[in-house]
Amino acid sequence: MPEPVISAHNLVKAYRAKGKPDFVAVDGLSFEVAPGESFGLLGPNGAGKSTTMKMIGAVSTRTGGDLQILGLDPDRYGPEIRSRLGVVPQQDNLDGELNARENLYIYGRYFGLPGRVCAEKADELLAFAQLQDKAKSKVDQLSGGMKRRLTIARGLINDPRILLLDEPTTGLDPQARHVLWDRLFRLKERGTTLVLTTHYMDEAEQLCDRLVVVDEGRIMAEGTPASLIREHSSREVLEVRFGSSRNEQVAAQLQGIGDRVEVLPDRILIYAHDGEQALERVTATGLEPMTSLVRRSSLEDVFLRLTGRSLIE
Amino acid sequence: MTASDEPRTPQATATGSPSLEELRAEALEWGRKPRARGTWYVTEHMVRAMRAYGWTIVIGALGQPVLYLLGMAVGLAALIDAPIVDRGQQVDYLVFVAPALLMTAAIAVASEEFTYPVMAGFKWRRYFYGFSASPLSSAQIAGGVVAGAAARMTVTVVLYYLFLWLFGAVPDPATGWLSIFAGLAAGLAFGIPIMAYAASIEDDKGQFALVQRFIFMPMFLFSGTFYPLSELPGWLQWIGWISPLWHATELGRAATYGDGLPPMLAVHVGYLLVLAVGGWFLGRYYFGRRLAK
Repeated sequence: MPEPVISAHNLVKAYRAKGKPDFVAVDGLSFEVAPGESFGLLGPNGAGKSTTMKMIGAVSTRTGGDLQILGLDPDRYGPEIRSRLGVVPQQDNLDGELNARENLYIYGRYFGLPGRVCAEKADELLAFAQLQDKAKSKVDQLSGGMKRRLTIARGLINDPRILLLDEPTTGLDPQARHVLWDRLFRLKERGTTLVLTTHYMDEAEQLCDRLVVVDEGRIMAEGTPASLIREHSSREVLEVRFGSSRNEQVAAQLQGIGDRVEVLPDRILIYAHDGEQALERVTATGLEPMTSLVRRSSLEDVFLRLTGRSLIE
Repeated sequence: MTASDEPRTPQATATGSPSLEELRAEALEWGRKPRARGTWYVTEHMVRAMRAYGWTIVIGALGQPVLYLLGMAVGLAALIDAPIVDRGQQVDYLVFVAPALLMTAAIAVASEEFTYPVMAGFKWRRYFYGFSASPLSSAQIAGGVVAGAAARMTVTVVLYYLFLWLFGAVPDPATGWLSIFAGLAAGLAFGIPIMAYAASIEDDKGQFALVQRFIFMPMFLFSGTFYPLSELPGWLQWIGWISPLWHATELGRAATYGDGLPPMLAVHVGYLLVLAVGGWFLGRYYFGRRLAK
């Protein structure tokens, strides 16, 4: 196996607050990312994903543990590491005073690229982000999806070895998400290492070769999306609704059907190898759900199993 | 920069992708230039962004001196009969007031460039966080903000000085041009601590308007701008002593019509330096703290 481009061991980030105990945002994370791999951090808001990304991005210093990016320690070689990273932050931070092309051009200058190279790269990346006709538009005039694509394009101005994407599609409509995923697939095909955080399980399943499930600053599980589902969930899930006031009461009667029964406020999940068969068993008990749905298990189910909580709260 | 000193990307090895050792060497090479020149890259950005409100800058830099000088030379000076005696010589009112106006113009630029753009960079538009994800350091970002503001200040002060000269407000042009540097010093001594303050505040609750009303305005009125500081009662003179405007104006007056070096040259220069350098250390600290969050 090639040497990892990111290696974190017992990574800790704690924040001091006057008169309060330290807040530990990241609590001993250990993981490695191989070159060309697409690696995801999956977890709910406040799990410590963004803090971890800031440490990988050599912006925020760690409180404890070891961290090496591209074989360098970010505490000492921050600018060098950042010069080979592309970063797509959770919140867009483009300069609204400049137009789309200028945003790309000027960002290239930060890496010490000559003006001519920046201009060429800006045009190339506008095409990559499908924004050629918006080159002269002020950033404020772009839609949310366009701003996101421009931010990703900006993150590629230095042909980065590693692209860090923090919640890349949060707040985008489904069509804009799919355009973005397509662009990210292309990068993956080119061999760019991708590290992304998300709380969307479909995004993690689509984009990640391997991921860690993070909650309260700790890793709950690690593996490929398929292996995590295999290991922590059943093949299928039957979702049945009996009305929010009855779910709890009905669930007691469903115990024994499938591998496991989970009650959510609005529905009951029955984990089973064969969802249709489980549904037959439910109706055989004389209960008639208002709605029923059989689907394949997802990372959402893995997360629910591991933490007892839903990803999107 | 020539093509030869562009950062290079290592060639693929026999196995198809670069080794960790090559990636490390590549990062070390790519980091070299931003480490050395990062401040100037930020300056370039700040100056480029100013073009969005370029007309305001140009009209401000041209219009303000014309209006002030017409008002002072044609209006107020005609009313003031009492001769102004300063530095042992009698001078026209316009000559007396001109250096103070020059310094005020620099400080006015500082009060714009070191407040709202800093707040925008951290909070409203967050572009400083974009800068800090690149190889630039927080100190370079703060430095670029200072250099960008200084560039605009230079344009303003040079234009202002030319107008003063054209209006006959510079009796001693051989040394008068030195007042341009005093203007820059005034702007930076006032502006850099304000930048540090702007970097430290999380929410805009009208603090900048308060700076304008309760720091800038009293400073403008009580720093020996329109009359010698000694004319003020003792209990008001302290405003001048702690005001960068007064110290810079004293330097400007010595340059434009004074006879020899100002008596407290070291005090004036030292005070302006202390404010600017002290502000710089504070600003660097706040930029670093905030960008690492």
